[in-house]
Amino acid sequence: MTLTNEPVEGEVYTVTSDATGQEWEIVVGLEVHCELATATKLFCGCPNQFGHEPNVNVCPVCLGLPGSLPVLNEQVVELAMRLGRALHCTVEPSVFARKNYFYPDMPKDYQVSQYDQPINVDGWLDLPDGTRVGIERAHIEEDTGKNTHAGGSGRIHGADYSLVDYNRAGVPLVEIVGRPHVRHPEQAKTYVDELRAILLATGASDAKMEEGSLRVDANVSVRRVGDDALGTRCEIKNLNSLRSLGRAIEYEARRQVDLLESGDRVHQETRHWDESAGRTRPGRSKEEADDYRYFQEPDLVPLAPGDDWIAAVDAALPVLPAARRDRLAGAAGVEATATAVVVAVQRDLDELALAAIEAGADGPRVLTHVEHNLAVEGAADLDPVAFARLVRMEVDGQLTATQAKTVLGEVLATGGDPEAVAAEKGFEAMDTSELEGVVEEVIAANPSEWDDFRQGDDKRRGKLQGFFVGKVMKATRGQADGKAVTALLEARRTGG
Amino acid sequence: MAELPRTAVAIAAAVRSGEVSAAEVLEAHLAEVDRREDEVHAFNLVTADAARAAAAAVDRRVAAGEDPGPLAGVPLALKDNLCTRGVPTSCSSRILETWCPPYDATVVERVAAAGAVPLGKTNLDEFAMGSSTENSAFGPTRNPRDTGRVPGGSSGGSAAAVAAGFAPVSLGSDTGGSIRQPAALCGVVGAKPTYGLVSRYGLVAFASSLDQIGPFAATVADAALLLEVIAGHDPMDSTSIDVPPPALGAGLDGGVAGLRVGLVSELTGEGIAPDVAARVRQAADALAAAGAEVGEVSVPATAHGLSAYYLIAPAEASSNLARYDGVRYGLRVDGATTAEMNTATRTAGFGAEVKRRIMLGTYALSAGYYDAYYGKALKVRTLVVRDFEAAYERFDLLLAPTSPTTAFRFGDKTDDPLAMYLNDVCTIPSNLAGHPAVSVPFGAGADGLPVGVQLLAPALGEATMFRAAAALEAAAPPLEEAYA
Amino acid sequence: MSDRLTRDDVAKVADLARLALSDAELDLFTEQLGAVLDHADDVAALDLSEVAPTAHPLPLINVVRDDVVRPCLDREEVLAQAPAVEDGRFRVPAILGEEP
Repeated sequence: MTLTNEPVEGEVYTVTSDATGQEWEIVVGLEVHCELATATKLFCGCPNQFGHEPNVNVCPVCLGLPGSLPVLNEQVVELAMRLGRALHCTVEPSVFARKNYFYPDMPKDYQVSQYDQPINVDGWLDLPDGTRVGIERAHIEEDTGKNTHAGGSGRIHGADYSLVDYNRAGVPLVEIVGRPHVRHPEQAKTYVDELRAILLATGASDAKMEEGSLRVDANVSVRRVGDDALGTRCEIKNLNSLRSLGRAIEYEARRQVDLLESGDRVHQETRHWDESAGRTRPGRSKEEADDYRYFQEPDLVPLAPGDDWIAAVDAALPVLPAARRDRLAGAAGVEATATAVVVAVQRDLDELALAAIEAGADGPRVLTHVEHNLAVEGAADLDPVAFARLVRMEVDGQLTATQAKTVLGEVLATGGDPEAVAAEKGFEAMDTSELEGVVEEVIAANPSEWDDFRQGDDKRRGKLQGFFVGKVMKATRGQADGKAVTALLEARRTGG
Repeated sequence: MAELPRTAVAIAAAVRSGEVSAAEVLEAHLAEVDRREDEVHAFNLVTADAARAAAAAVDRRVAAGEDPGPLAGVPLALKDNLCTRGVPTSCSSRILETWCPPYDATVVERVAAAGAVPLGKTNLDEFAMGSSTENSAFGPTRNPRDTGRVPGGSSGGSAAAVAAGFAPVSLGSDTGGSIRQPAALCGVVGAKPTYGLVSRYGLVAFASSLDQIGPFAATVADAALLLEVIAGHDPMDSTSIDVPPPALGAGLDGGVAGLRVGLVSELTGEGIAPDVAARVRQAADALAAAGAEVGEVSVPATAHGLSAYYLIAPAEASSNLARYDGVRYGLRVDGATTAEMNTATRTAGFGAEVKRRIMLGTYALSAGYYDAYYGKALKVRTLVVRDFEAAYERFDLLLAPTSPTTAFRFGDKTDDPLAMYLNDVCTIPSNLAGHPAVSVPFGAGADGLPVGVQLLAPALGEATMFRAAAALEAAAPPLEEAYA
Repeated sequence: MSDRLTRDDVAKVADLARLALSDAELDLFTEQLGAVLDHADDVAALDLSEVAPTAHPLPLINVVRDDVVRPCLDREEVLAQAPAVEDGRFRVPAILGEEP
């Protein structure tokens, strides 16, 4: 089974069967649950905090004690709207619904969620590679408690008994349902990364996969390249990192292609990613699909945020990653999909780059530095005007690229002027006439090699060029700009 | 108890003025409990010690020159589906038999803050599902007027407690008539407020969009007083209306001159026992004699109300009762797996009627059946609301029987759930619409048993409703007067 | 006796509701529930296509509370009511299925 990565209009990732040569396309729809960064839970005043003693952040409401009633946290609505608007969703009047099923981490044996009238609908997320992933909905729901499994291996199968902690029960979540527009394991990871950046920028969530405040499930299906219809999908759960996400999608795609190529069908099911084995496994088969018997939650009233509230949310939205990329790309005169632009925004160095460009620095050079030379702590604190002057020195030929990198590193580490640092390191600019003089001296000192250089064939010339550049570099103690020297030699050779 | 005041209004006044002590009022009532409770079984639990402590506290406050509140020293019984911290709240079910809530219901807090003296938790149909209190897991309550007969349900214990003189007032809950119907059968006053007027926080839920807590009393004035104390906005209940407690006592004797009262035509004929129907007509005449303009009005959707209710209520109940799974509190019957434990617990812990309604509700919500049953029932609800709106364009209040019959005998309807459900036909429409209604005793039926007459009002129409109820009360033939 | 609700239906529903019914109960409930549903035929006959559902008797919307911490319950008081406790957690028998 070979994997080919053929960029066709955005990125297309195909799985090619060795046996038949058939190319298959992967289709991924991601469901992401984010814990909202509120002080209290969704329906009660218990603290929304990670990592306490079990069952201390509980009350009659989040324990679902008989007689308890939910009251909606206003900040949840605010953050849900921020998130929705950041994803270009329409905020709609919404209601809450009960999703009924039995499970011990569910205090009421129903989950309060939103079903046919969610708060946010029909948005999208623009990825750095230019793909636009549709967002079907982003709705509010409550989190469950946590089961730990005792006895056996600590995993659910083979456990003797389980222990339940309800600290997390009732924590507010937003579930973001992406349309099946992702086509690539890497793209899926980028989607999650981008979503995380938006969650952090809006303050909606701290979005930490490792702490469970960001949870990703992937719906994966495959289809023959050229087919329009979607194949049967499987939902993959237990993805605890971006790496798992990518690996799981790859594995699952191959598994499904294998099945379909051998004449079998893909069964629609939930599968679990087994990180150590590197494979997905089917969940326990259920005799019947769950019937959740959704109905409107009678203990809550409908939610219809007024236009003023929505307008206030819009006005307060920070500049989001996609807009930041566009902004930087525009200022630097490059594509928004350029790696350097993507990296700059990811590392929160776009403000710095913009300021430097505004101070007159050459955009592409600024971006190159950001991409390659600023992956250090505190880079964002670099003085953009100093940065601009440094880039100017480089563009003017006063500093080579290597020298510029060194100066930059020094300026970052110790502060200080780029000019002063350059001078201190002896990186002073060699002006052109001085350089011409040195070139003449070297030519004069090596007459036979010069004749060879002038008259020899390409191969001989190339070698001798290196010889002369080396001599000039030695004579100038490395201060000459290699490119300038080459240009001078060539001009001398052709011009006499 | 001859010298002591008997109504809540009189007791509170006497205790606040120091004329009488809360302690002696309480002892007199506890003595009644001792005398007849074995026979009546109104209570699941009599909390005599706590009551004595509460009474003593009230007396101390009076002695210190403080005002303990509008219910100072008034003994009060609480339906056993109202959460009382540290005191068992069983809902008359095996599944919660020993459960002690770690918190008080809002209404429990409010009556305590008003100086009331709770003296026990009363019996009910299990989880408030029933019309006779025969569905209690702890044995039925008996009608104090005739102990061979049911007190009605589901708040049979609270109704009986007042009828037997154990307490001047009590609290019950009404989802499809569970305050009004037992009030009628026991010959006391029982009121269901506008949905959202009284907080449901701490009321163990049966059907969330229908449940309301309300007062039982021997007099309209007492019922109004108790409702004033418990009503008003509660931030712990999202369905609580944002209004302050209504003033009801002040306008009670305003009379009914000019009030337009409509007799509900669908509830005058078939399906209503002749003696009950006769008393309702007599009540209509009494109101007319007092100056009201009485007419007839059709509320057609009342005919369909029963069906809609018996889809909506069980559907919500099936979800509300899912939490009883043996995990966190209450009964647990062990099993090899959690699912087996859930099933064993619920099978052992719930009685037949509860199981029946859970299954009916689960079915009504099931995939494939939602539109035909639950979905349709919600639309019938709209029709009921519309029909009431139309009726209230021509009338200020409506008049109807509370119960189709007087109290029936034990076992009469337990074999036929549908026959039992028909007891609620007069009361259900108000729950569906979220409107207030009150049952007022109005003489005896052919068998000498109490008949209750029902006044219905539009949302937040309690003041008018109680005013008319007081007028009816004033005109009511005494229970002892034989039906002719 | 209604033929709209079958014994099988009742068995499935009992399962969904975590209730175990004996054969006799299955028969009895099938009949009783069928009778209640039959009674709802009057509703089935109505043309309700133009009627909007009323989920709730109240016209309230947008009821919210401030994001302010309130006191929690004392864990001991909560766990004291639990059938089985271990390490501050509620103990339950083996859970076979996965979270839906």
